[in-house]
Amino acid sequence: MLSGMTAIEVHGLRKSYGSRAAVAGIDLRVPHGEIFALLGPNGAGKTTTAEILEGHRRRDAGEVRVLGADPATAGRDWRARIGIVLQSANDVADLTVAEAVRHIGGLYPRSRGAAEVIGLVGLEDRARSRVRTLSGGQRRRLDVALGIIGRPEVLFLDEPTTGFDPEARRQFWDLVRTLAAEGTTILLTTHYLDEAEALADRLAVIAGGVIVAEGTPAALGGRATAGTTVSWEGPDGRRSELTTDTGAVIARLSAAGTDLNTLTVTRPSLEDIYLNLIGAAK
Amino acid sequence: MTTLVGTTRAGFNRGGVELLQFLRDRTALIFTFGFPALLLLLFGTIFADDYEHPGLSAARVFSASMIAYGIVSTSFITMGVGIATDREDGTLKRLRATPITATAYFIGKLVLVGALAAAEVLVLLAVGVFVFDVPMPTDAHRWFTFGWLFLLSVTACGLLGIAASSLVRSARTAGAVLNVPVVALQFLSGVFIHPITQLPGWMITLASIFPVKWMAQGFRSVFLPDSAVPLEAGGAWEPGRTALVLLAWCVIGAVLCLATFRWTNRGDA
Repeated sequence: MLSGMTAIEVHGLRKSYGSRAAVAGIDLRVPHGEIFALLGPNGAGKTTTAEILEGHRRRDAGEVRVLGADPATAGRDWRARIGIVLQSANDVADLTVAEAVRHIGGLYPRSRGAAEVIGLVGLEDRARSRVRTLSGGQRRRLDVALGIIGRPEVLFLDEPTTGFDPEARRQFWDLVRTLAAEGTTILLTTHYLDEAEALADRLAVIAGGVIVAEGTPAALGGRATAGTTVSWEGPDGRRSELTTDTGAVIARLSAAGTDLNTLTVTRPSLEDIYLNLIGAAK
Repeated sequence: MTTLVGTTRAGFNRGGVELLQFLRDRTALIFTFGFPALLLLLFGTIFADDYEHPGLSAARVFSASMIAYGIVSTSFITMGVGIATDREDGTLKRLRATPITATAYFIGKLVLVGALAAAEVLVLLAVGVFVFDVPMPTDAHRWFTFGWLFLLSVTACGLLGIAASSLVRSARTAGAVLNVPVVALQFLSGVFIHPITQLPGWMITLASIFPVKWMAQGFRSVFLPDSAVPLEAGGAWEPGRTALVLLAWCVIGAVLCLATFRWTNRGDA
């Protein structure tokens, strides 16, 4: 049984479309106030998992608790406490940014002020513009504004920064950190590794509908203990060696008279670990 | 626990936004309002010959009957297409994520189609009065009939539009699909063809099952002199039966829309 004490708890979650299993047995625990990232390639089951947690999709099997309630049956009180940033929405196109934010805010019992939210997502200059005239990145920022207007305790961000320019992404990350600092639990799905690394307290890599690794960005997939790759210019050209005892390798090379000016020592990047995990899952 | 926003308040919040969005979409605005008025102008001009009945002209008959078409087109079609569009562009998914009730969403839509239908009726009456010299009734009794007839018609057509939206696969085809039964019913129900008694008996029987025949007959009872009664299928205005049939369709519409309404696209949930 799930205790319901943590913000998000998932046990044995399964969902198939026809004969294809999109989610094939997933377990998750996200404590209150954590930023948790679901990382995976397209079609891995990220969005299906997120939609089940949001109450937008029914599951075939497993237990799910978000804020102590089952999203499949949770009522309006529960929806007032969660926020969802949709992946692709073209609604409210004929309203202005301010009108759209006020309208959706008016549906929540304790919403933030429209001006405050518009400021948080950096759309002050476009507040009076029709939504259909926004650029792709601005439209996504509006989606974020509409997702956080109700002061959610749990916020679902599904591929939130697709189409953002680098500056807008940095601003968005700051916003996510601000929300987390206020105590919002955030479930982020993304296929951007740098985004997961920059934001997530913990992350899970999902591939083929199962979680293939879970941990902090620094330790994911044994990254902290994976050792280093030492490479140097040897007499027969460039050589490299994977090791867990970097000092011993360097001492050996030094004793052998290798030119240490050619030495590089690298730890595996999150990308290396990720590609390994995804590759192994295929 | 904080108190959630009430259904009525959220419904009128939606209604305001629905109206605002509709008014800003000029193409929809012009076609929705222009088409029934254009038909009235065409029918009224082409069949301008006077009836043998005193005080009756084809233009006058069409002016009354076409109100039924105007209401069907603004409430049933606008509702059906509007919900299909909301399902496609993410409006329903957005609202589903908020604490709004489905009823509040419906109220918003009914506010929209109610306002549109009222405006449509005004446009048609203006054409009738200013182009075809249709005299407006002066007694309160006829306007009272007009009032309940309008409300029941809009409610029945609006609710049926919500139900019909679940049969429509995409917003792109919604208009075409929904117009088929609507236009067919205009021919069967004595809107485009008058007097309805020209039609074969089985067609009149078929039309009598659906609301349009009763709406058209009801609006003729408001705007035509009582001398036009013999031109009706039942040889009477039948206000009681009209009210009952429309009320029944309101109930059927409400039941259907509760049973069939989906927040998401087919197969998503």
